[in-house]
Amino acid sequence: MRNNSWFKEKILLGMDFKEYVSKHATLPFFIAFLILAFSFYSMAYRLLYGLGPATNLSDTYPWGLWISFDILAGIALAAPGLTVGTAVYLFGLKDYKKFARPAILSSLLGYVFAVFALMFDLGRYYRVPYVIGWSWGLNSILFLIAPSKIHPLWYSALLPLFFLISAVFAGISMVIIESTISHKIFKEYIKEFDEKDFDRKTIGLAKALVVSLFVYLILKILDLTHYDNWHYLNTDYGYWYLFEIVGFVMTPALILINAIKTNNAKVVRVIAFVVAFGVIVNRFNVSLIAYNWYIPLSDKYYPTWMEVALSLGVVTLIILFYRFIVRRMPILS
Amino acid sequence: MKRREFLKRILTIAGISLIGGKGNVYGESPSDLSQRAVKSTGNIANRKNWLKYEALKDKQKPKEPYAVLVDLTKCIGCRRCEWACNEWNKNPNKPIKEFEESKDKKPSVFDKIRRTSAGAFTVVNRFYENGRPVYVKKQCMHCTEPACQAACFVDAFKKTPHGAVLYNPSLCVGCRYCMIACPFDIPAYEYYDPITPQITKCTMCFDRITESQIPACVEICSADALRFGPRNEMLKLAYETINKNPERYIPHVYGEHEAGGTNWLYISGVSFEKLGFPKLDKNPIPSYSKNFLFTVKVLEIIAAAPLVWGAYYMISKNRKKKESQDVQSNEKQ
Repeated sequence: MRNNSWFKEKILLGMDFKEYVSKHATLPFFIAFLILAFSFYSMAYRLLYGLGPATNLSDTYPWGLWISFDILAGIALAAPGLTVGTAVYLFGLKDYKKFARPAILSSLLGYVFAVFALMFDLGRYYRVPYVIGWSWGLNSILFLIAPSKIHPLWYSALLPLFFLISAVFAGISMVIIESTISHKIFKEYIKEFDEKDFDRKTIGLAKALVVSLFVYLILKILDLTHYDNWHYLNTDYGYWYLFEIVGFVMTPALILINAIKTNNAKVVRVIAFVVAFGVIVNRFNVSLIAYNWYIPLSDKYYPTWMEVALSLGVVTLIILFYRFIVRRMPILS
Repeated sequence: MKRREFLKRILTIAGISLIGGKGNVYGESPSDLSQRAVKSTGNIANRKNWLKYEALKDKQKPKEPYAVLVDLTKCIGCRRCEWACNEWNKNPNKPIKEFEESKDKKPSVFDKIRRTSAGAFTVVNRFYENGRPVYVKKQCMHCTEPACQAACFVDAFKKTPHGAVLYNPSLCVGCRYCMIACPFDIPAYEYYDPITPQITKCTMCFDRITESQIPACVEICSADALRFGPRNEMLKLAYETINKNPERYIPHVYGEHEAGGTNWLYISGVSFEKLGFPKLDKNPIPSYSKNFLFTVKVLEIIAAAPLVWGAYYMISKNRKKKESQDVQSNEKQ
């Protein structure tokens, strides 16, 4: 490349290579590369030696961390595009147009990397074209088919509906989280930053969050009554179930109502983290903790370090790609 | 696994796939036979039975699907059925004497409840009732409406008119959903095969029963605990046996209705719940998701119309707003 001005302008952001590297030699990047090193090692190890040595999966636990976190939680948390995209482009809520582009970008990255992570969990990943045309999405009938093996508190014919609604509030809370972070980190890329307007829109998102949380809560209570599962609440699994519902749905919803009343955008931002974390907890509960619930604790599955490293690596890759694209394309402006 | 062993394996796999030879990938030394039971087994039973099924497809249909009736009061725990199964399906095996002796040995193979695994399509477990041992053979139940088949994304399972449920390894992507779905915890997976892992399970000796033979385990059973024949005859035999000796049996044929009925039937002197059989209702497992798909259709019909109308309403409202704005700005000019 004799005249590499395009590369220099677009990829290196106008710096020469040395300058670019030295500017990125920071602690966060060091940590990111450390995670990626372990993650790539795990990926290679799994491809060469198989699922057996790389994971703690067994005939009793055919699905583990990669399905629970990378696929189920990942797909739900990649829903900002779904929620904000629908609101802005389908229902014409133009106020939130600024949120739409970053939201759709994060969804795109989320879905792409969910499929990437799934490759490592599939025994014959090279046959993945066989599955195309079948849905692996958040509406799939995943887990509907294991009624006898999932704890009755989590098993329900409404499970796909619960997945969908929780994906909606996962999406909204992720929009709040992303906008909070990008307004801190990518401030220079936002031309006219009106803090008051931003707070007002955050409160607006909080209102939608409260509504979806309550829809979910009401359906959960109906479900509990329909299956007559109230008596399970006074067991160990019941306490854990209550912790999930009260701790990550009801309490955040009530705090959010208060925050909307007092116009406190800061509280909304904190609660968004709680709600998103709650969705991860829920996906783990449905797919791992409530699965094979009758098995003694000592026989339960826990992930190997390689499973954890690979998942962390995928998250790191998403963040790096997001950062890379945001700094080069008009996502935030 | 050591590096040298790994290289050796890669070379053997590469060599075998080049030559197109069948058979066991792993070096056969008798000392690592037990280890191989958990590793990939070079399973050929799946492929063999599937090809047989494809060849027969519409040519040979029995009037009545077959079934095996297991009389648990007669089983003496000799485990010769395990040996015969391994032998016929070319799974890793040991001399038949070792199977027979295992009953009185200490520590015994019966000390731990086992499940089917990649190298073992059937296992016999020991339970105690009032100090007396009860031996329970476990293998694929060959459900009338199999959950594995309904769960599979790529249609790799088939219920044959003979009653057997077969698996096609040339379609499988290795997602292991069938293992999640099976209420009897039967399908096992070759976790230690990095390139061509298969699901393995009992085939009901499809390749034998289509040749007017009986399954290998039934043939070798010297205690008369296993009987093979058309399912309706086996059911009749089961009830006759129970009614002749009502003090010896409990009045329940497991598999008659469980999960919509199975092609393996059990009669016992001890309640099945005490013998590790899952308590299942009469609904076939796939019916759970069928119900849901019906709900989705209904929802689509009910919810789609208001959604489309809502979106249309919002869009036209926005357009009108814009038009009136345009008119206003025109007037100003």
